Amino acid sequence: MEAIEVTGLRKTYGDRDAVAGIDLVVARGEIFSLLGPNGAGKTTTVEILEGHRRRTAGDVRVLGEDPGRAGSAWRTRIGIVLQDADDAADLTVHEMVRHVAGFYPNPRRPDEVIELVGLQAKRNSRIRTLSGGQRRRVDVALGIVGGPELLFLDEPTTGFDPEARRQFWDLIRTLAGDGTTIVLTTHYLDEAEALADRLAVVSAGRIVAEGTPATLGGRGAAQARVSWRADGTTRTEQVADPSDLIRHLVATGADLSTLTITRPTLEDTYLSLIGAAR
Amino acid sequence: MIAVALSRGHIEILQFLRDRTAVVFTFFFPALLLLLFGTIFGSESSAAGVAASRIFTASMIAYGVLNTAFVTMGSGLALDREDGTLKRLRGTPMPAWAYLIGKALLVTLLSVAEAAVLIGVGVLVFDMPLPPAGHWVTFAWIFLLSVIACSLLGVAVSALVKNARNAGAILNVPVVALQFVSGVFIHPMSQLPDWLEKVASLFPVRWMAQGFRYVFLPPEAEAQEIGGSWDLGMVAMVLGVWCVIGLVLCLWTFRWSSREK
Repeated sequence: MEAIEVTGLRKTYGDRDAVAGIDLVVARGEIFSLLGPNGAGKTTTVEILEGHRRRTAGDVRVLGEDPGRAGSAWRTRIGIVLQDADDAADLTVHEMVRHVAGFYPNPRRPDEVIELVGLQAKRNSRIRTLSGGQRRRVDVALGIVGGPELLFLDEPTTGFDPEARRQFWDLIRTLAGDGTTIVLTTHYLDEAEALADRLAVVSAGRIVAEGTPATLGGRGAAQARVSWRADGTTRTEQVADPSDLIRHLVATGADLSTLTITRPTLEDTYLSLIGAAR
Repeated sequence: MIAVALSRGHIEILQFLRDRTAVVFTFFFPALLLLLFGTIFGSESSAAGVAASRIFTASMIAYGVLNTAFVTMGSGLALDREDGTLKRLRGTPMPAWAYLIGKALLVTLLSVAEAAVLIGVGVLVFDMPLPPAGHWVTFAWIFLLSVIACSLLGVAVSALVKNARNAGAILNVPVVALQFVSGVFIHPMSQLPDWLEKVASLFPVRWMAQGFRYVFLPPEAEAQEIGGSWDLGMVAMVLGVWCVIGLVLCLWTFRWSSREK
């Protein structure tokens, strides 16, 4: 059984379609990323999957149940990492994690979870006193303390410094390695590229491309750009398969210390996708 | 499941106590007002020969309940909606009633403590004698109905609060206005214009204050009330009706999120 199956999902506010017909399948154990500009319908889609919002139309199955009707037994199996919460400011990290653990039938040990997100040193600090990145790690701890099968992360690393982001990525990989299915929405293309098994780009309420980070939007089939220096000038050629060109260059004794082969980055592909959709 | 509700109550109380601003400016404010009013007007006696400070003590318990039930519940809920508390809880298996019981435990504890502080000030500072044992039974039901009605109305009104920073200001408008016209700050109520007295009588505060005066004042003070009667039957009825109105409004207006469209 798939973790998430969505067909024909629509959400309308007044006469505006926030989500205009999305089909989506996320397999168990997968890290799936939803990309898209602000207002594209990512958060609305995810909030419908989480059971926070009602849908206008479409069929949605999350862990085999309709999130619009699912009860507390279903909620024990999902974890949600909120995007911009600043609740529980006067509680300590351990107090809040232990409190939320108490909602679940088989929670993880609070101290184990605090260690996993790297907050042991802040265990007894009030949440109010944490930095932005530490605060988001508390949100992750609260999202995973119930031992979810499926974890939703909505722009989890906004405001992180580069080192904190790397640590956070390791944490997500650890969770995925334990078999947790992960749905990640993000603005950061490097984040999606580093983490996602599969990703989809949402623009204006629709999915405009879907694939792996390597193949998204025809990226895998795109021509490679080969550059090298010869006779004091930079030469560039676009080819589908650079092998023959390289062999030729080696045979002619060209200076290969300056050789670069590039394909469109995920960012190039993404920008052309959402540009075309507008 | 009971454990979850108790855990919510524990967390609510812990958070309230750690917010010093709330403790000082919300919780102790009625006692401060009582000390001021009691000291300024304390030597005066009413027509019935009861010291004004004693009348203030009794009436001010109504303010105490408004403060700890209506204001704390209303602003607490508005804040929980805004800072993500409700959204977080809704994404967990915790049932909604556990959240509300947690709030109710906080409000009940605060209201009991508030009443105790006000009665303590009355007894220790203004020499108010404690009422006879039978009056405590009356106190219990008036107090309980008041806390329930005010809490439910607090939940209902919180839906009108768009921005939690304004919650205190919005909630305190009815609180302060009703106290002036309900015999808390200005007693006896017969000093009010007739129409204002009638309007004020539609709201619960008049009946709360009147009930608490019955509990703590001597029988001769009854003559000062409107119609010369404590009218406990009417106290029970009005507060009961407001509990029902509050419940209906709650069910009608309750939202988990401030951004839900």
